[in-house]
Amino acid sequence: MTWVARLKALIVKELLAVWKDPRSRLVLIGPPVVQLIVFAYAATYDVHNATVAVHDESRSAAAARLVAGFRGAPAFAEVVHLRHQGAVRPALESERADMVLHIGPDFARDLRTDPPAKVQLILDGRRSNMAQVLQGYSRAIVRDFNARQVARTGGTLPRAQLRVRAWFNPTLDSQWFIVPGLVAVLTLVVTMLVTALTVARERELGTFEQLLVTPLRPWELLLGKTLPALVIGLAEGTVILAVAVGWFGIPFTGSVGLLYAGLVVFLLSVTGVGLMISSLVGTQQQAILGAFLFLVPAVILSGFATPIANMPDWVQTLTLANPIRYFLVIVRGLFLKGLGPELVWAQMWPMLIIAAVTLVAATVLFRHRVA
Amino acid sequence: MNGRRLAALVGKESRQVVRDPSSLAIAFGLPIILLLLFGYGVTLDPREVPVAAVVEEPGGLADRFVSSFARSHWFDVTVVRHRRAAERGLVAGRYRAAVVLGQDFGARVRRDTGPAPIQVLLDGVDSNTARLVEGYIRGAWRAWLVQAGLAGRHLARPPVALEPRVWFNQQVRSRNYLVPGLVAIIMTLIGTLLTALVVAREWERGTMEALMATPAGAGELLVGKVVPYFGLGMGAMALSTAMAIGLFDVPFRGSLWILAAVSALFLLAALGMGLIISTLARNQFVAGQVAILSAFLPAFILSGFLFDIPSMPVAIQALTYVVPARYFVAILHSLFLAGDVWAVIWPNVLGLAALAALFLGGTALFTSRRLA
Repeated sequence: MTWVARLKALIVKELLAVWKDPRSRLVLIGPPVVQLIVFAYAATYDVHNATVAVHDESRSAAAARLVAGFRGAPAFAEVVHLRHQGAVRPALESERADMVLHIGPDFARDLRTDPPAKVQLILDGRRSNMAQVLQGYSRAIVRDFNARQVARTGGTLPRAQLRVRAWFNPTLDSQWFIVPGLVAVLTLVVTMLVTALTVARERELGTFEQLLVTPLRPWELLLGKTLPALVIGLAEGTVILAVAVGWFGIPFTGSVGLLYAGLVVFLLSVTGVGLMISSLVGTQQQAILGAFLFLVPAVILSGFATPIANMPDWVQTLTLANPIRYFLVIVRGLFLKGLGPELVWAQMWPMLIIAAVTLVAATVLFRHRVA
Repeated sequence: MNGRRLAALVGKESRQVVRDPSSLAIAFGLPIILLLLFGYGVTLDPREVPVAAVVEEPGGLADRFVSSFARSHWFDVTVVRHRRAAERGLVAGRYRAAVVLGQDFGARVRRDTGPAPIQVLLDGVDSNTARLVEGYIRGAWRAWLVQAGLAGRHLARPPVALEPRVWFNQQVRSRNYLVPGLVAIIMTLIGTLLTALVVAREWERGTMEALMATPAGAGELLVGKVVPYFGLGMGAMALSTAMAIGLFDVPFRGSLWILAAVSALFLLAALGMGLIISTLARNQFVAGQVAILSAFLPAFILSGFLFDIPSMPVAIQALTYVVPARYFVAILHSLFLAGDVWAVIWPNVLGLAALAALFLGGTALFTSRRLA
């Protein structure tokens, strides 16, 4: 047999090993799609259905107008009234109210004679992201109220006005941010587990020795393990992409060819890390846990949920070795920004270096274990 | 159940745990990595935001506007002369926003024929950051107007001023709510992922049958399996709590004994989930995948740790009721930041107890059926 035929036989065997077991087949297809759908709806920083409790001591028409602004805002599902000061703490503490608006007894008088009339907004810091978002919504509502108030009473406008426009995502829909990110993360998880386990499983079941007595050389074995993972990752990525575009209607503005080029390089770097783990461990349990020790910090430090730019400098330096970071820029850029080839390449070459380093390291480790 | 037999089984399982460095790495290494990352690395609070200021006609008002921006510690301002440069920078991700002052900006402000427009272009890809950046830009704009005496009555003395206060976390440090939530994730890892793998391995290798052939009953076997991981989980919880309070200065306002009791209950639910997964999956590959997809990722995304549950669509909210971490995260947030709030603790304890009973009962049922 030539090495091509040998390699082909190994690749077919690897793909069959994953495919013939109905449960692992199910695990490869079902969960990623379900995850994509569930997480895409769940992972939102927007706030809906919030409850605002109002403690209105002024009981004036102006206060009622202000409260009406909150009632009319889409983020708030419910406005409840608190009768006395003592009800504020329990309402917030028990999470029956997400925030409390306190309008003092002098509100109407201050509004008329001594503006600004102060209104207290009490937020729940246990859920501080929600608190910040609600604060932003409340400011916008008060801004509207003020504009209308000025129009009623006559006042001078500021000399310069902001006209804010969001590019790439005009309605600032957080799904447009999360779903392309999920394409990267879900493809990563599946590919990583497949590669990390492949050698470990053979070793644990004792079939690894059988592979070693075949004419396959170590690098052929490794290639035979790399290519099936690449095929599985590409298939996985394609399905998830289809759902992102077909189900969620995320606009895809870039070039499909560039996306696949990026995906292949990304998968190569992931496979390299997976094979490194695989060649270091002795059992499947260690392989899964090893994959985990890589996956969790890598996803957290990728910019998937929290921007890399917010991290301290030393952590940002650490993220330079993380392939997901680059692929996220490519996926998001190609979905929303119509990224051109030179900008894609700027993210691609670091991944190529990571892939080269990890694949070579895996070969060396592998040969070491075989010898 | 026989005490000596149980002790022997627990001893055997514990030795197995100690012998495999990978379980110890997950139980103690990963928590430390996660806590350090979330404690120091991950935050939703932006630092200096890179912003391009397009000044088409330098001098006078436009320059003063830009320098008032540059003085604010929120922005890292780059001045460019042409819109195109700023637009290219937005696409490349070099700037988060661009503020455009047109050629006639200074003249229009002076002439006072209606407000002069300042165009703001946000990079909307990361919508959450975009909104925060918009807020900062508004703040800087207002400060400049007031300072330059251009605000008009509307902005200088607005009719209503909002005074926000954040209870339970006055400085709005995201660390204060991320770190307590992490305890739930770490314990999910140990309770569900580790247990699922270990028991699946016994099934896969056929050693479960060997154990079943001993005089030990199915109940004793399961208890023997669970006890060492219970110990690991409580150990990791103690470690994480100590790090949260000692290293990261997260306040702890509740009582420690409630924390211990609730953690124990949560571990039972998490272990039960791990046992069910392993009993149904039979092999480690499937058990590992299912544990990650049904326990670890939901603990991250569906628990209220990062994303607010009431904001999710109703169908997804319904799903969160079978995620044990959901109840635990709510209790942890209250215990750490607010105190012993029984209105939060009781309903969540009931939820945890119901899930623990469901998962452990299910395991007993499936195990006996598999033997038949």
